Amino acid sequence: MRDVAIIGIGHTKFGRAAKTSIELFSEAALQAIDDAGVELKDIEALFQGAALPGFEEGQVMPAGFSAADLNLGPIPATRFEGACASASVAIRDAALWVGAGEYDMVLAGGTEKAVIMGVPFATRTFAMACHAPTEGPAGLTFPGVFAMAARLYARNYDLPLDALREKMACVSVKNHQHGALNPLAQFYNKLGDLKVEDVVKSKMVADPLTLLDCCPFSDGASALVLCAAEDARKYTDEPVYILGTGQGSGGPLSKMGDLTKPASRISSAKAAFERAGLSPKDIDIVEVHDCFTIAEIIALECMGFFEWGEAADATAEGQTEFGGKIPVNMSGGLIGKGHPIGATGASQVYWIVKQMRGEAPKGNQINPVPEYGMTDTLGGDFGTLCHIILGRTKK
Amino acid sequence: MGKGIEMDKEYLVLTYADYEGGIRDGKLLGLRCAACNKITCHPMPVCQWCGGRTLEITELSGEGELVTFTVIRIPSEGFEDDVPYIPCLVRTKEGPCVVGRLDYDTERATQELLGKQVKLSGAYTYKGDKFSGGPRTCPVFSLELSND
Ligand SMILES: [Zn+2]
Repeated sequence: MRDVAIIGIGHTKFGRAAKTSIELFSEAALQAIDDAGVELKDIEALFQGAALPGFEEGQVMPAGFSAADLNLGPIPATRFEGACASASVAIRDAALWVGAGEYDMVLAGGTEKAVIMGVPFATRTFAMACHAPTEGPAGLTFPGVFAMAARLYARNYDLPLDALREKMACVSVKNHQHGALNPLAQFYNKLGDLKVEDVVKSKMVADPLTLLDCCPFSDGASALVLCAAEDARKYTDEPVYILGTGQGSGGPLSKMGDLTKPASRISSAKAAFERAGLSPKDIDIVEVHDCFTIAEIIALECMGFFEWGEAADATAEGQTEFGGKIPVNMSGGLIGKGHPIGATGASQVYWIVKQMRGEAPKGNQINPVPEYGMTDTLGGDFGTLCHIILGRTKK
Repeated sequence: MGKGIEMDKEYLVLTYADYEGGIRDGKLLGLRCAACNKITCHPMPVCQWCGGRTLEITELSGEGELVTFTVIRIPSEGFEDDVPYIPCLVRTKEGPCVVGRLDYDTERATQELLGKQVKLSGAYTYKGDKFSGGPRTCPVFSLELSND
């Protein structure tokens, strides 16, 4: 396999959009093309994450129409669907195809337009990524699944639930702090001075998760230009290399074993580290899938940044902030930045690349710039997991 | 060349339709694996523990332990009339976990319920919507009297 580099990145404003999801993707894609300094005609294939376009705009097969919207010609254009991990699996496949030598330059990313569905129908469609036959009639929702995981986490580690809720709230406080500083975030200039008490006392969604334990519904897109690493310096002085990726699959909740230790996430992260020849201690910054506060805590343990049962305390102690063991979600994460589900994985990569270029929003940039970064993206109730390890230098 | 495909072979010993029908009849049906002797529930075409291909329908006791639960306050479209309600995860006495609903006072549903003994006490049938592939049934569990 050849090494693969990211040479261009694009990212729309996250929040509520008037544009269609295909227009949003085109906007992000053209930013990425301009950032890379390449031409549309250089793109040989399109890999697009999109989770629920049929329900949002009555549009399936959006990738083909995105290729057409960008006048890319009759190139292969494929939609990837892994619920909230759609863009990450699209990027991973794009990197594998470029790595294999089938293409030299491709566009990858994702798009989503969820706000228009409204909360009841959006909740319904998101819950479609739960196991329909068994979890459907139970009336499980995504917040419901992670609420169940939070209760189990408290029991596993003998924590009073109220104590865990306060530690979980620290995730929301931190991510909103950073989201409020990010001009492309849904909550830019909002909720930046949230308190633990605000999170805990916010409206209950699925006991014990409140509204402020949850990420919002969002519209937005993000896109990347990927090319063979050997060509990257023709286009940019600051390529970011894809050093390793991993992907894992889960299944129905009832077959998962311990919800706080999903095998899909553990194996996906392990594969990415093995491919990259790195371990958690080498990573300087991560963007993890904080769809809910407890999800960030579970992610950090599964990826190996903290021992089992230690990430909740570590978060409360500031170990996931600047100067801590590992800065987590300096973009604001899904909670502060927004979560257009088909685009999120690409957004995570975008903000790691920004950090590596020293271009993160003021107040969110880590110093020195990270040498190695990592993304963690989760689809469904641990049904699809994907990890991408990025570096400023090839191994 | 492999063996010819037996066109009349039934690969699914227990379908969801039969499993859900069983729940409506007050029975939790599963599959016993000839290879590892463990029980698969809800149904799968192969053993959930070892992947074994030789499975036989069996009835579970319906007894188990409450692993975790939540109280849904903001539901999906179509579940508004149920709110608040309690989806739960139960580890059956026979081994496999099942997702269902807990029949319990939502105002008294606290963390202390985790680990309590529960028993299959009924069925919940969701009438379905345009996307559900028809009505769907899940088990309903209640706390065993001894620990309520
Ligand atoms: Zn078996």
